[in-house]
Amino acid sequence: MVARQGLRRKRNILHPVLATILKRLGLGVATLFVVSAIIFSSISLLPGDFGEAVLGQAATEETVAAFRRELGLDKPAPVRYLDWVASVLKGDFGTSFSGRAASGVDRSRSVAELIGPRLKNTLFLAGVTAVIAVPLALFLGLTAALYRNSFYDRSVNAMTLTTISMPEFFVAYILILLLASLWPVFPSLANVDASTELAERLRRIALPALTLTLVIVAHMMRMTRAAIINLLASPYIEMARLKGATRSEVILKHALPNAWAPIATVIAFNLAYLVVGVVVVEVVFVYPGIGQLMVDSVTARDTPVVQACALIFAGTYIVLNLIADIIGIVTNPRLLHPR
Amino acid sequence: MSIEHNDVLLEMRNIHIEGFSDEQWHPIIKGVDLTLKRGQVLGLIGESGAGKSTLGLAAMGFARPGCRITQGSIHFAGVNLATLSEAEKRPYWGNRIAYVAQSAAAAFNPAHRLIDQTCESAIRANIQSATESRQDAVALYESLQLPDAGNIGERYPHQVSGGQLQRVMTAMAMSPRPDLIIFDEPTTALDVTTQVEVLSAMRKIVEHYGAAAIYITHDLAVVAQMADDIKVLRYGEEVEEAETRTMLESPKEEYTRSLWSVRALEKSEEKGEDIVLSMQGIDAAYGSAKVLHNVSINLPRGKTVAVVGESGSGKSTAARVITGLLPPSAGSVQFNGTALPAALRERTPEQLQRIQMIYQMADTAMNPRQTVGEIIGRPLEFYLNLSGQQREKRVIELLEMIELDESFIDRLPSELSGGQKQRVCIARALAAEPDIIICDEVTSALDQIVQEGILQLLLRLQNEFGISYLFITHDIATVKAISDEIVVMFQGEVVEQGLKSEILTPPHPEYTELLLSSVPEMDPDWLTTLLKERV
Repeated sequence: MVARQGLRRKRNILHPVLATILKRLGLGVATLFVVSAIIFSSISLLPGDFGEAVLGQAATEETVAAFRRELGLDKPAPVRYLDWVASVLKGDFGTSFSGRAASGVDRSRSVAELIGPRLKNTLFLAGVTAVIAVPLALFLGLTAALYRNSFYDRSVNAMTLTTISMPEFFVAYILILLLASLWPVFPSLANVDASTELAERLRRIALPALTLTLVIVAHMMRMTRAAIINLLASPYIEMARLKGATRSEVILKHALPNAWAPIATVIAFNLAYLVVGVVVVEVVFVYPGIGQLMVDSVTARDTPVVQACALIFAGTYIVLNLIADIIGIVTNPRLLHPR
Repeated sequence: MSIEHNDVLLEMRNIHIEGFSDEQWHPIIKGVDLTLKRGQVLGLIGESGAGKSTLGLAAMGFARPGCRITQGSIHFAGVNLATLSEAEKRPYWGNRIAYVAQSAAAAFNPAHRLIDQTCESAIRANIQSATESRQDAVALYESLQLPDAGNIGERYPHQVSGGQLQRVMTAMAMSPRPDLIIFDEPTTALDVTTQVEVLSAMRKIVEHYGAAAIYITHDLAVVAQMADDIKVLRYGEEVEEAETRTMLESPKEEYTRSLWSVRALEKSEEKGEDIVLSMQGIDAAYGSAKVLHNVSINLPRGKTVAVVGESGSGKSTAARVITGLLPPSAGSVQFNGTALPAALRERTPEQLQRIQMIYQMADTAMNPRQTVGEIIGRPLEFYLNLSGQQREKRVIELLEMIELDESFIDRLPSELSGGQKQRVCIARALAAEPDIIICDEVTSALDQIVQEGILQLLLRLQNEFGISYLFITHDIATVKAISDEIVVMFQGEVVEQGLKSEILTPPHPEYTELLLSSVPEMDPDWLTTLLKERV
């Protein structure tokens, strides 16, 4: 009995919200492990291998075998997986296969070195887009809910639906046509490197950021509007009106605080897309981001780079969804203030 | 109670309100007049769909989404609210006219602390500063006898009980000291024992501040305690209006008399020796929360045992144990002298067939995409292997038993009224030809006149087929109407079981006494007398 009470007291040290968050965090790590296994095995299933891809059809079996041995590709898959996981846990993503031609001169670079600047570029573009798109989407969604079924609401809905219905490369080319060619305000190429100044960098990524904004605003805006409108039928909203609250008070003070969870989820989803789904936009604007790198590496069978990219993408999804979950928890007074 | 009302506060003339459904506008209120003087409390009663709430909200110049006020004038303190825009009406709402909603749990915003919601209107209307308003809220909480009045406002709505929330909502309405409060079925969702406390708190505070009130309810006994005058509504029209005592003693209209008479139904009890079902020493739990403690209930063959108690007392859990939905952690359920397997899946079809259930919400207990014929036919097929014409013939017979004609066979649940839906559920239970039917609050969601019809149907079926009922309810009038024996439950334990006359005649155990004395009576002095006795 005493022991049991002791246990209970121990459990109470953690605020239930903190306990839930820790649980989610643990689940996130577990998910990442599962995903790493899936990534590893699906890449092993790709036809052909780097040895053959580099050395070509003409290479003798011995050369290929020797090359494979050098890269460690001859070991059984589970061993290679464990080696990979162990080194990733130490922070070492391995060495890229490319640059290691049969000539014998090793010009290969480490995966971290290869991905680092690309990831920075991608996060920069995603960050700039998010800073524009998220507040814009929230503003449009809230005002559309406030004036629902008005002309304003309908035009916002129609506009966002139009942009989301067009393929992103199409939006990109239209913007290039309008803002780079007809009225040359922004450059059509977003080729930046480490030495580019911040102001110049922002000017160059203006068009890709604008393209991505147009693509993701619709989804977030519509979800915000729907989440708010969904709550407007609640008895407590009627009560708020009968207590004399104005329309904007009803939306901002009485509906929005209860709508954060679904809104946060859809924002997280779109932010993740900005990191992992932008390869088409990167290609159109020749922007050196991580999406392009991954596609190139898949073509070249550069397994370590592909694996590292896939792991980063998975991690992005998990972290962003975790944040959305936490927002959902801390904005729910039932969880934050238990009985 | 007899304050002189001279000054007219609210004058509604020839009100017409329409509601939009099935692609067209239907009349809800058809030309009702209403006059309310300062400090007067008017009771609005009628069955669901009579337009009580719609009329109550119209007194604020408010129509719910999908409704519109098409005609009439609403003069509040000399201003015709019907001609004002929403922005012009807003300064009246939550300031001079306040609203108290039916379900406090739903009407409080889950995201804000109670005291912030209580003070919201008064601060917005610049009646008080934030600090003053908060102090005043605490004072109101105190006068409404809320426990820990100083701190209860810091809680969120989910952290307090339903009865407390309803009182906080009354404080919220009272905070700006309105001239008029609309109470919209404020105690319908509460247990009788809680209802008494809330009613007395509301009555005291309304009298104390001299506010006028419109009290909307379907419960006559409740309105008798609260109102100076009563107005009866039916199908959106006024039936009659009179001073409370006159109305109770000599209602003029036939319809009003029929409302009054429902509570007179009473079955004469019979003792049964042959026990068909018995629960013996049942303990049950949901996870780690223990709900039933050593519960023993006996159900005699062909008789009705009513299980009464407030919400959370374990009534429905007992039903779940009997049906096998919730295997008990100790004790056994005996059917005809042999123990039933604890879990549902271990029971034979024969055992399942013998015990059937009817639920409170007939709406959600039927598949909305199946016709009445399919709903009633399913147990015929499953238990009795009837199919084709045989099955259809039996469905029609069952429909006859529940007093519906065979044209109902192709209808969907959405095409039935509340009472008809419950009848179909009864037929579905009956189709299995059971020995026992467990009725879980089957009349609670129905209007009183419809309730009477359902109760009489159940009594007739019991006479014809000798079915035993375990009748779960919190309503003592229903208990009187249908039971032979009564089981009183409190906090997961059986307080007592016995014949109806034994249980209802004093002396009672403490809890039974509290429960029985809390049931409102049709005497306008009942609450006053009761409160005096309890002090």
